[in-house]
Amino acid sequence: MLTCKDFLSELSDYLDEAIDAGLRSKLERHITECPNCWVIADTTRKTIQIYKGMEPYPIPPDVESRLMKALEKKMAAKQK
Amino acid sequence: MAVSSLAGIDESAVVAQAREGDTTAFGELVRRYEGKIFRLAQHVTQNREDAEDVLQETFMKAYEHLDQFKGDSKFYTWIVRIAVNQALMKLRRRKTDKSVSLDETIDTGEDMVLREIAAWGEDPEQQFSREELGGVLDTAIQSLEPLYRSVFVLRDIEELSTEETAEALGLSVPAVKSRLLRARLQLREKLTRFFKRKGDDAFAYM
Ligand SMILES: [Zn+2]
Repeated sequence: MLTCKDFLSELSDYLDEAIDAGLRSKLERHITECPNCWVIADTTRKTIQIYKGMEPYPIPPDVESRLMKALEKKMAAKQK
Repeated sequence: MAVSSLAGIDESAVVAQAREGDTTAFGELVRRYEGKIFRLAQHVTQNREDAEDVLQETFMKAYEHLDQFKGDSKFYTWIVRIAVNQALMKLRRRKTDKSVSLDETIDTGEDMVLREIAAWGEDPEQQFSREELGGVLDTAIQSLEPLYRSVFVLRDIEELSTEETAEALGLSVPAVKSRLLRARLQLREKLTRFFKRKGDDAFAYM
């Protein structure tokens, strides 16, 4: 029998679908019987999804203009 | 650098042009990735001034060493590696600087202890505005230890593979995996405070 500790140690690979079918079915069986682990797996999956869905903020215009200036200087120096 | 008509052109073609000294092509690569590199730098350094330095240093180095880019990885993965190295260097420098307050980045030591097991509602992020959600997510990341934070940012935000993350951070694959698990669980715990279903009380694990 898989313990909660075993389940947790495989959680990342389980969510990344990086485990073989045998282990997967054992883990899935555990969460049908263990509400705590089901919640942990579900909310961890949602945590990852929410972060993945975040678009980067647009880069502030002053930061970008300083970046472009620095690069232009560098390019000019290289071409000499 | 002039605004180019290269937007939408396949990356490897743009890289090839940039390698031949086409500065407009390099400018296009900068435009494609500056937002992500700046975000990565802010996440890792947790300091806006450092992040801007990292952003500049990353593209300067990329320009300088473009001939060393072999094309066996994606250009983006290559510059991410440069950016992470620069960002970690800043962090190390800050650590010895006593004027830097660490109270926001100290790990609470909760580690693998799971305290909040409450279920979340459907699409819990919908209850927040974009700004509020961004604030919640950033604060949660900020509270992780730097190395956990870096692993999480590379794997789950920048979507590098475990192997690429290991290489970028100079860690073994098992070390990346164990840090990623801990980072994910700690973030889950922090977000649960915001996203748990109303009326559900958290109960202790096991
Ligand atoms: Zn369990």
